[in-house]
Amino acid sequence: MSAIAIRGVRKSYGKTEVIHGVDIDIADGEFIVIVGPSGCGKSTLLRMVAGLETITEGTIEIGGRVVNRLEPGERDIAMVFQNYALYPHMSVYDNMAYGLKIAGLSKADIRARVDKAATMLQLQPFLERKPRQLSGGQRQRVAMGRALVRDPAAFLLDEPLSNLDAKLRVQMRLEIKQLQQSVGTTALYVTHDQVEAMTLADRLVVMHDGVAEQIDTPMAVYARPATTFVAGFIGSPAMNMLSVEAAGSRGLTLANGRTVKPRDIRLPEKGRKAILGVRPEHLTPVSGANADLELDVAAVETLGADTLAHGRLAGAANGSGELVARLPGSTQVQPGDRLPLAIEPGMVHLFDAETGARLEELDLPARPARTAKPLAEALNA
Amino acid sequence: MQTKRTIFGNRVLPYALLLPQLAITCVFFLWPAGQAFRQSFLREDAFGFKTRFVWFENYEKLFADPLYHNSLWVTVVFSLGVAFLSLVAALILALAVDRTLRAARTYTTLLVWPYAVAPAVAGIMWWFLFNPTIGILPYMLEMLGYNWNHRNSSVDAMILVIIAASWKQISYNFLFFVAGLAAIPHSLVEAAAIDGAGPLKRFFTIIFPLLSPTTFFLLVVNVVYAMFDTFAVIHATTEGGPAQSTNILVYKVFEDGFIGLNLGSSAAQSVVLMAIVIVLTVIQFRWIERRVQY
Repeated sequence: MSAIAIRGVRKSYGKTEVIHGVDIDIADGEFIVIVGPSGCGKSTLLRMVAGLETITEGTIEIGGRVVNRLEPGERDIAMVFQNYALYPHMSVYDNMAYGLKIAGLSKADIRARVDKAATMLQLQPFLERKPRQLSGGQRQRVAMGRALVRDPAAFLLDEPLSNLDAKLRVQMRLEIKQLQQSVGTTALYVTHDQVEAMTLADRLVVMHDGVAEQIDTPMAVYARPATTFVAGFIGSPAMNMLSVEAAGSRGLTLANGRTVKPRDIRLPEKGRKAILGVRPEHLTPVSGANADLELDVAAVETLGADTLAHGRLAGAANGSGELVARLPGSTQVQPGDRLPLAIEPGMVHLFDAETGARLEELDLPARPARTAKPLAEALNA
Repeated sequence: MQTKRTIFGNRVLPYALLLPQLAITCVFFLWPAGQAFRQSFLREDAFGFKTRFVWFENYEKLFADPLYHNSLWVTVVFSLGVAFLSLVAALILALAVDRTLRAARTYTTLLVWPYAVAPAVAGIMWWFLFNPTIGILPYMLEMLGYNWNHRNSSVDAMILVIIAASWKQISYNFLFFVAGLAAIPHSLVEAAAIDGAGPLKRFFTIIFPLLSPTTFFLLVVNVVYAMFDTFAVIHATTEGGPAQSTNILVYKVFEDGFIGLNLGSSAAQSVVLMAIVIVLTVIQFRWIERRVQY
């Protein structure tokens, strides 16, 4: 039985449909992150699970119970808001105890639960303070504590870290993950930040324009993005996308007329238009004869461990063929250079030119996972 | 923040610019107040032939007068009644508008209109509505078995003046409550809903406490209004009657001074009222400027 099941959920405001049928099955104890750009419907979806928005169509189950018609308070969930939504006129203790008092727990019971949560979150010294006397990180913890004391079936978190500064965000990210693992409660977490998404999630839901484009583990989303949108959204710098046309056994024709023949990939039938995607970290500088493509360098960013070479595909028409390569930090490269690059074997992604959907490489041999190190680098960029 | 300052070399100009306002303040506020103060120590016959300095005799008589005690009590009941009725009605309307999505602006506009009606006109309107002979409300109350007559029932009279005085004040309070409600982050109410609080619980534990600065401010403003700005309402409806039952302090000043021509006592009452205004103003500035903190 899944902890939360979202089935065919749609949401319309008047005649405008903003969520076009989303299905997600969340296992008990799983940490699911919904990620997407602003306006993709991720918060709306979360608020429908919470009961703060009505569900236009479809059903949402929490703990095997259809909750479509239940009040938020009856759904056995707890939510952490972006602005924390702490009750400003109540002390930290009262903030955390509010829901328990309404639930009718005994005073001793409430005290025990709040004390336990406060100890876990190191909030003991602040229990008598008002929210305005706390720092951003402490407020964030109180919001977590308020969710924690209720021991719900699921935590819903709506961009809980976006009001914190960068350093605190990294710290709280870890704390949230550890906390969720130690209490083992299912969590549904909404963010627009791909680093948060990748580091926190057991499974990612990448949303775009009201559609869940891919639901999979972070590594799978990185290694096999289902659509061009997912490919471009996850990973930094974003994946390079080049329009190509299949040229039979010669490979793929690039916009500049040259052909490239990626190894270990089944090519589409001749004449079919496609999009070739390759991550900047999967381009390696080689000697001219072995090059798959050439990059006319326009700008260089030195990050220390890596050097990013921005430019365009040699010979491509203006406004097309944008290309970025992530090179080792020691690489000497100047704007104006023409850089011969090879694509690492198996690291080519092909997408349909019209739908943007991934073209499956069904008969490819399984490849050893080579993505671990570049991913870590991509996220630290 | 830097603001651009214009400097005038002429030393006379600032005073010249202030002069009109100063003149108005002196002629219409300070001078009459001074006159009332002076008069409160004098005793004068009705035709102004003889004036005698009597020290505090006017005040002594005033505080010993059971009619004045009655007027004080009537004022307390009246102003608390007006404040309570207009605050509660305004809050209910504001909550209703806060929940309305589509026509909230239209409702707000319509609900503010009564504030533009002059107190005397409002008084006449309610006098008509509650008129025991021709009014529609006594007619309806009679069907419910209640015989309304504010001309001889002091309770009816008090209810009438409270309603008439509250009516336009509701608009004023309503505006402040709408603004106050809009300032409460929606996520707080949502968080309370997730914590399991029903609508009433949410109102009394979250919304109302957060509105308390607004409510306290309005309470003071409404008490001041009920005590000092309601002369026209009383004059147009009950004229202080029946049997002094709606004779609030402000109305008594008028009655004793201009009808009874007891100018000394009337002036002494004015000075007492001035003292009350000063106290209320101090309260307002002390507590409200500092804001109720939470």
